[in-house]
Amino acid sequence: MNFVVPDFAPAATELFVAGMSLVILLLTVFMRESARHLGYVMTQLTLIVATLITIFTMDGQVRVTLSDMYVDDLMGDVLKVLICFSVITALIYGRGYAADRGFDKPEYHLLALFSTLGMMVMVTANHFLSLYIGLEMLSLSLYALVALDRDSARSTEAAMKYFILGALASGLLLYGMSMVYGATGNLSLSGVAQAIYNQAAVYDGVSSKTVLMFGLVFIVAGLAFKLGVVPFHMWVPDVYHGAPTSVTLMIGTAPKLAAFAMAMRLLVGGLFDLAEHWQTMLMLMAVGSLVLGNIAAIAQTNLKRMLAYSGISHMGFLLLGLLSGVVDGDHFNALNAYTSSMFYAIAYVVMSLASFGMIVLLSRAGFEAENIDDLKGLNKRSSWFAAMMMIIMFSMAGIPFFIGFFAKLSVLQSLVAADMVWLAVLAVMMSLIGAFYYLRVVKVMYFDEPVDTAPIHAAADIRVLLSANCLAIAFLGLLPQQLIDLCQLALVASFQG
Amino acid sequence: MTGMPLLSLAIWVPIIGGLLVLATGSDRNAPMARSLALVTAVIGFFVTIPLYTGFDNTTSAMQFVELARWIPAFNVHYYLGVDGLSMLFVILNSFITVIVVVAGWEVIKTKVAQYMAAFLIMSGLLNGIFSALDGLLFYVFFEASLIPLYLIIGVWGGANRVYAAFKFFLYTLAGSLLMLVALIYLFMQSGSFNILDWHELPIGMSAQTLLFWAFLIAFAVKVPMWPVHTWLPDAHVEAPTGGSVVLAAIALKLGAYGFLRFTLPIVPDASQAMAPMMIVLSLIAVVYIGFVALVQADMKKLVAYSSIAHMGFVTLGFFIFNPLGVEGALVQMISHGFVSGAMFLCIGVLYDRMHSRQIADYGGVVNTMPKFAAFFMLFAMANAGLPGTSGFVGEFMVALGAVQYNFWVAFAAATTLILGAAYTLWMYKRVVFGAIGNEEVAKLEDINGREFAFLAILAICTLIMGIYPLPITEVMHASVNDLLQHVATSKL
Repeated sequence: MNFVVPDFAPAATELFVAGMSLVILLLTVFMRESARHLGYVMTQLTLIVATLITIFTMDGQVRVTLSDMYVDDLMGDVLKVLICFSVITALIYGRGYAADRGFDKPEYHLLALFSTLGMMVMVTANHFLSLYIGLEMLSLSLYALVALDRDSARSTEAAMKYFILGALASGLLLYGMSMVYGATGNLSLSGVAQAIYNQAAVYDGVSSKTVLMFGLVFIVAGLAFKLGVVPFHMWVPDVYHGAPTSVTLMIGTAPKLAAFAMAMRLLVGGLFDLAEHWQTMLMLMAVGSLVLGNIAAIAQTNLKRMLAYSGISHMGFLLLGLLSGVVDGDHFNALNAYTSSMFYAIAYVVMSLASFGMIVLLSRAGFEAENIDDLKGLNKRSSWFAAMMMIIMFSMAGIPFFIGFFAKLSVLQSLVAADMVWLAVLAVMMSLIGAFYYLRVVKVMYFDEPVDTAPIHAAADIRVLLSANCLAIAFLGLLPQQLIDLCQLALVASFQG
Repeated sequence: MTGMPLLSLAIWVPIIGGLLVLATGSDRNAPMARSLALVTAVIGFFVTIPLYTGFDNTTSAMQFVELARWIPAFNVHYYLGVDGLSMLFVILNSFITVIVVVAGWEVIKTKVAQYMAAFLIMSGLLNGIFSALDGLLFYVFFEASLIPLYLIIGVWGGANRVYAAFKFFLYTLAGSLLMLVALIYLFMQSGSFNILDWHELPIGMSAQTLLFWAFLIAFAVKVPMWPVHTWLPDAHVEAPTGGSVVLAAIALKLGAYGFLRFTLPIVPDASQAMAPMMIVLSLIAVVYIGFVALVQADMKKLVAYSSIAHMGFVTLGFFIFNPLGVEGALVQMISHGFVSGAMFLCIGVLYDRMHSRQIADYGGVVNTMPKFAAFFMLFAMANAGLPGTSGFVGEFMVALGAVQYNFWVAFAAATTLILGAAYTLWMYKRVVFGAIGNEEVAKLEDINGREFAFLAILAICTLIMGIYPLPITEVMHASVNDLLQHVATSKL
């Protein structure tokens, strides 16, 4: 037998995180109760070092290793760094919240670390198998995280719902992958792409095309579930609402980046030649998400549910970017479109982190500030954080000068470039509906009298970081060029491989 | 002074000053917030004066140009400049900001810093709208200016302020979002967001028609034109005095300015084709809204409707496509800035004392407030378009222009001189003259020095513009002629 040692170097970040999570897992078993915060510190250190490793090994090269399972490219690196940032921030925001509610156990941090590892594997997967492993690692950690506050019936119910629907979606995805394997005889994404390309030239009968299309439908369905878009969105409001806010913070942020990467790997990387088919599916889902997400958000009185529905509509916008890439087999707009979509995903994650961070900030032991009415008169209680929340809301509504506006602009721009003006018009009309419920939050904060007059208790780290996060929304709105450049650079470098 | 980035200063001095005012924090520091706001507003006004003194009347080219790359990915530039169409509005806006700060001096007692900051930031954003030569930069300022006004109406407004604030925001947003799609479309066609490039861009008729509608919806809401005017009376009635002043004096001009900067030169053929419709809509605003104003029981509502009627005159002046009409409309816009601002300030003076805007609650104010009555008289006359006041000049020029276009259009438009006099003077009579209406009126005190100051300044402006309008009109000639040149040149 000929055994070749694969090149592990490109996967250094993942290997490091995997090793460290095992170390922390073992250590925490022997740790005394009083040294509990060590789990937190070590998790954060691991994430910081992982970020540094990724940044310092980052180059424009595309390397495929571990028997075609793993690809190291710039898109993956950039997304990995952002995922680490996002998880680090989410853990800092959620720390006090978790401590007040007694679930800041080592498991909490470990599960976060495992989910991060899952996301990293997802963004660097070049193979159905590694993609699926990453996805399951992420999902299973998140199911457990949702149920962590185990005395809460609501959390348990949310975890159950999330688990059952999530498992179903994973099943769909796996089933789709098996069909694509049947049609192409390949499991590696580049192999699948090559096989479909070859088959398009010499088509060997209708049967394998049918199988391929079936597979595509199931894959898109599984993907849609993970992104949380209509009609696979049912879990989103319930899980966002039911999960402890510090966990919602994790579900609603970094996994969206991973899901975007998964969409890029599967649809653009593997099934690019079927673009005209999946674009139609994405279009239907995007329109559904924009309409349902925005309209249903109006009816919500719970801030977390409102943000969940608004998240659905934001994912619709993200899909609009993805689907405007190829028109009539013409690729000229593809890079532009995928850049806009990636930019949107990043912008959304920054805003989403801040918005759930604000809920965490306003909550305290025994009190969840999760209803819109809990924000009443926030301007009187803390005009600084009211202003910060206002920035988040106007940014989500797509009002300049905030990053949300430029994210929407870049998507609209790629839609118009792809001659889909009607979709752009629909999207802006839905943004108008969206503006209503974001404005309502601002109204509650500024126009109403406070009901809850308790001063805001929060540690200095969350105050500072949250303020920095919100100011970043404003700052990136004033100077969005660097972020757009980064997305474009990452995608260009990855496509050239 | 020519080396100074005057337009950037006009935009960013108020914004940064506003943020500083915000930093003074709670109402304990209110005196500091007020003084800081006044200093900022005055500096903001002074930096705009060289725009007039250094302005070259002979050219239609953009002046005081500043150009820098902003977002290369979309070819967006930080591109500022003014011509004869926009320069006066930058100055007017900076001037009105000073007035508003002074007008809110003692009246606003809660969240003073936020109030002053909102007005200063808005002033900077409005200056940005008038001086942006990049479509996206224009849009960004255009949208962002909604935020401070939304807060001003919602936080310091009257009883029904939430409804008014939402209506204001969503109406204007609805219009401008379609314009965003239009701007992106123009960007895809021309490869840049440069408005001046768009002026030269050839566009087919069907595209021009669609663009015309997209712009029309955005600007018609802002003007506002009949039938999308209904947000304005609500916003005016609920807004605090300062909010009403800025809304009437400046914000309404944005829509009209948009027609000049975008609609007419970018889609000239569609503008020509749609002119009859626009003229009919303008006349409806002038005549029908004039009658609506006549029956109002609320003073602010009355002035709000009169604003719509006056803005109908402005859009009429634009779409008859002759120099007299366009210049008259521009003069009307400036004059309306002074006069409507002053009218709202006068109503504010009464409201601060009586906490009522109902005409029926007043009567015989002249007996207790003679100085105020004199000022109010002047502004009411100007609002009615009496010769010798600024209100007359613009209306007369537009009417003359309309006669050249079509006699019956001019005839219908001229009814405003009767209607305007009717609703304004009738209101004035009921509020000011007659026997003292009730005990509260009997207890009224006349205006204090601060109120006297800002009313006197506005009165002087109104009179000077009415008697000697040449300094205003001479800066417009070159740009207006250039604009009409563009409208007359087909792009098909």
